[in-house]
Amino acid sequence: MSAQTPEIAVRTTSVTRILIYVALLVFALYYLLPLYVMLVNSVKPLAEIREGDMLAFPRQFTIDPWLSAWSTAQIGVQPTGLRPYFFNSIMMVVPAVAASTLLGALNGYVLTKWRFPGDNLVFTLMLLSCFIPFQIVLIPMAKVLGLLHLAGTTWGLALVHAVYGIGFTTLFFRNYYEAFPTELVRAAMIDGASFFQIFRRILLPSSGPIIVVTVIWQFTNIWNDFLFGVSFADVTSLPMTVALNNLVSSSTGVKEYNVHFAGAILAALPTLIVYVVSGRYFVRGLMAGAVKG
Amino acid sequence: MPFLEIRNLEKKFGTVEVLKGINIAIEEGGFLVLVGPSGCGKSTLLNTIAGLETITNGEIHINGRDVKNLHPSERDIAMVFQSYALYPNMTVAQNIAFGMEIRGVPKEERDKAVNEVSETLQIKHLLDRKPSQLSGGQRQRVAMGRALVRRPLVFLFDEPLSNLDAKLRVDMRTEIKRLHQSMKTTIVYVTHDQIEAMTLATRIAVLKDGILQQFGTPAEIYNHPTNMFVADFMGSPAMNLIPVSVEKSGKVVRLSMPQRSGNPLTLALPDNAQKIAKHAGGNVIFGIRPEALTDPDGADRTSNGVVTSECQIEVVEPAGSDTFAITHLGGKQVVARLRADAKVYAGKKAKLSFNLDKAVFFDPGTQQRIA
Repeated sequence: MSAQTPEIAVRTTSVTRILIYVALLVFALYYLLPLYVMLVNSVKPLAEIREGDMLAFPRQFTIDPWLSAWSTAQIGVQPTGLRPYFFNSIMMVVPAVAASTLLGALNGYVLTKWRFPGDNLVFTLMLLSCFIPFQIVLIPMAKVLGLLHLAGTTWGLALVHAVYGIGFTTLFFRNYYEAFPTELVRAAMIDGASFFQIFRRILLPSSGPIIVVTVIWQFTNIWNDFLFGVSFADVTSLPMTVALNNLVSSSTGVKEYNVHFAGAILAALPTLIVYVVSGRYFVRGLMAGAVKG
Repeated sequence: MPFLEIRNLEKKFGTVEVLKGINIAIEEGGFLVLVGPSGCGKSTLLNTIAGLETITNGEIHINGRDVKNLHPSERDIAMVFQSYALYPNMTVAQNIAFGMEIRGVPKEERDKAVNEVSETLQIKHLLDRKPSQLSGGQRQRVAMGRALVRRPLVFLFDEPLSNLDAKLRVDMRTEIKRLHQSMKTTIVYVTHDQIEAMTLATRIAVLKDGILQQFGTPAEIYNHPTNMFVADFMGSPAMNLIPVSVEKSGKVVRLSMPQRSGNPLTLALPDNAQKIAKHAGGNVIFGIRPEALTDPDGADRTSNGVVTSECQIEVVEPAGSDTFAITHLGGKQVVARLRADAKVYAGKKAKLSFNLDKAVFFDPGTQQRIA
């Protein structure tokens, strides 16, 4: 009896394990299917797509749809491809992510280590800003951008995204710094470090995981945003998402599905890269604040 | 003129009074220990000296200078924290040098100072490590190094040994005392451990509920506690506090305390304990330390206040160096400290000697000492 029990235990585990892996594999394939369809069809000539078998592997391999999507496809009235809009998005995302992350970190620092009367109220209000739907702020935001003479510019878009992101970034950093030992801040005060010296020399070097989380979150959200882009940008400052929409939903000429697929992948690529490069920190960072707090 | 002086210090958090008029003064080179149960305000008091907490009322003077409105870095103090508070992203050497770096001390001078301090504390081989790679005792040393390197007027220690295991704690305690003897810098030290307080201090301040209960040398605190709280808090095992009734017949004053069975135990007081005579007919609390209640052969022969009586022993606890015998007097459990080889047995009667010269008496109502 006692000799048999472990054997049975091992066998049951391995059976369960196989079942789990099979289930996981099925789900993985299911979720990867759209990506497969996009990839396969983006390297087929248009004629092959018209035959109707979306899942088929390309008989004739071509990268022309990718080149076209990047630099020659008709977007609006100009045959520029997605290239200029890709750089518009970069010019919008980088300052917006940098500004909102830095301000979130500063807010988190003040809200946890320099407590003041009413600090929790301020935090609650900032937290509430996470729940404001985009649509509500469209008109007041347009008015503000007009007053600042930033309407229709990439800088204007960056400002909108930075402001909108502060609520989230503050939440992330506050929860992370809440678990950061206050005695370290006190020790640095006795050592004579100033407000910003403590922030830069003591807190920031220990904030790697939460910075990665915030950057991924902000980058993905801002890059993928459509509504602010379509509302506040003019022709010269359209972000990638809006340009992709213009490419795909143009109502004249032939629908070049292979070019559309290639364009869609191009638009999704930067967020994928950011996630793959820093993704292993993502879960670690999310857990760090949660477990200790 | 005292080196560190705290006058009428009050601290309120909102409406909660945490410190209620504290007055303490120590001379230069003194070792002040703030001791008390958790929540008594001792850490808050230390933080107000450090400048990490503002004060509501009162004054703090260090070396004749009023520091009440100065930033912590301007008070010429250094602090060792309970959690050590080592900067996790810096090496040991950077940790020790951080304060000097902030103050703009040149690199060569910093390196020299770090070297000196690390030699004193024997942490030279650790200088390039990060705090996460150190053991608890090593972190403790680095934290002390960071304080030492400043050469401050006053060192502040906030329960520095409470995160160490029992053996290391005793070793570090000796080391702190040795450092203090060689440097002769004034130290303020917070602990809840009364043994640390007794062994380290030149002056002890016992706090409870934000009120200073007693301030004095370790011997004063131990032998002449001002009230029942101090008597009970200092010393391990704690002082026996036995409710007794005082009887007077002729010139002789007796203490009478009921036992669990049989007649009440009575002790005739020696002549020099006559102060208690005016309480005849009333009740007082009779305080006697376990070491003043021992077997007749172990009793202090130079004292003429030794009274021997037979008591029922309930439990015997041999501790190696001593044997503790527990009996029951006046409705209280009473601990006697006997020689290790004293012949006592649980459930039997044994002769115990009360050294009444060492006895103290408290008012059961006010809990204050009366004799």
